[in-house]
Amino acid sequence: MEFLNICLPIQDEKIRSLRAGDAVLLSGVIYTGRDAAHQRLYECAQNKMPFPVNLKDQIIYYVGPAPAKPGYAVGSAGPTSSYRMDKYTPMLLDMGLKGIIGKGVRNDAVKEAIVRNKAVYFAAVGGSGALISKSIKKSIVICYDDLGTEAIHEFTIKDFPAFVAIDCKGNDLYAMAKQVYRKI
Amino acid sequence: MREIHISEITRKVKQLFLKASYHIPSDVLAALESGKCKDKSPIGVAVLGQLCDNNYLAADESIPICQDTGVAILFIEYGQEVCTVGGTFHDAVNEGVRQAYSDGYLRKTVIYDPLFDRRNTRDNTPAIIHTKIVPGTQVKIDAIPRGFGGENMSQVKILVPADGLEGVKKFILRAVDEAGPNACPPVVVGVGIGGDLELACEYAKRATFRGCNSHNSNPEYANLEKELLAEINKLGIGAAGLGGTTTALAVNIEYYPTHIASIPVAVNICCHAARHASSII
Repeated sequence: MEFLNICLPIQDEKIRSLRAGDAVLLSGVIYTGRDAAHQRLYECAQNKMPFPVNLKDQIIYYVGPAPAKPGYAVGSAGPTSSYRMDKYTPMLLDMGLKGIIGKGVRNDAVKEAIVRNKAVYFAAVGGSGALISKSIKKSIVICYDDLGTEAIHEFTIKDFPAFVAIDCKGNDLYAMAKQVYRKI
Repeated sequence: MREIHISEITRKVKQLFLKASYHIPSDVLAALESGKCKDKSPIGVAVLGQLCDNNYLAADESIPICQDTGVAILFIEYGQEVCTVGGTFHDAVNEGVRQAYSDGYLRKTVIYDPLFDRRNTRDNTPAIIHTKIVPGTQVKIDAIPRGFGGENMSQVKILVPADGLEGVKKFILRAVDEAGPNACPPVVVGVGIGGDLELACEYAKRATFRGCNSHNSNPEYANLEKELLAEINKLGIGAAGLGGTTTALAVNIEYYPTHIASIPVAVNICCHAARHASSII
């Protein structure tokens, strides 16, 4: 399988060239966030407060890493299910977020926001957190330290493996691929 | 009466959760390897390859297979001629869980209260402990670190006799279809049929760690398992939900007598790691 190398922050031109189903290796900086951090960012926005992290043109990875063993940058760190963040994602995309790494299907509101903002949704392989952790070279907590694993971390990644799941035209790999192999 | 000191229980529980978190059961690994050779989708083959590599790496380096090291679930068969000494059995189990999750760099995932206090308990206790009293002088422990990607996708329904076998099949297939990519396929599908609401659920969970090569000893249920596995693998969901012919590794069914008015059916969907370790004291 051919992998496309992508440097982050991702450029608009690169996003336009990606198609659902492309295999990619991502390198650069990403931010983590899952249920609790999203809830806090959402409340921030509702109260017209500034975010504690600048997400403009950045990528959020839905993950709650396991603790790092001594000598490791991070513990096991695979993706968590994305649908739980559907409520918050259109708002973040409209505020300038460029991409997401997670796993699983998104609702129509998220797909529309991806198309509207020319963004991209990457799928990482759920349950391969040990392997994925090898592509995370550095991890620092940026904010919401009290949330433990759910804090927002900055990850420096090198050759992080993923697939384009929803491209900027709204093509959805999950829906397309399922139809190809469905015999029922 | 045989006496077992609580320290032995704590030590064993700790050992089992570490083993289950780092080492995938060999039958599950064999099923993933077999899927990798047979899947019709190039992406599916790549994903199954990544999963196998992940499992070898986790075992080699003693790191968790998955960051979601889950809630600690235990199924205990407690011999009626065993006397626990030095403290309470449940405290000893929870201490083993606490030590495994702290010393083994496993993620602490349990919160105090689902609604009003969602703070992390920070040591992954309390465990969920199912205890059955059995004849004998031994204690059998099945340790299951269960992530909730699959648990969130699990379903239970009380069908009625008029729904029959067809209704049961339809419900199971629909549950796996609706779970889609979220449960980290290829999944192990545990099904509990009969009993009452909670017994069906308990049997469904038990069925998820029966193994990928076993069939129900009742040939009618064994055939139903084979038929459902074939049907599920036609759904197209595939490994990681990215399309393919390996959507489930196994369908395991357990059943129990029930009421004349009812067919309780629970479907417990477990991710491809199907983490489990077992031991007898």
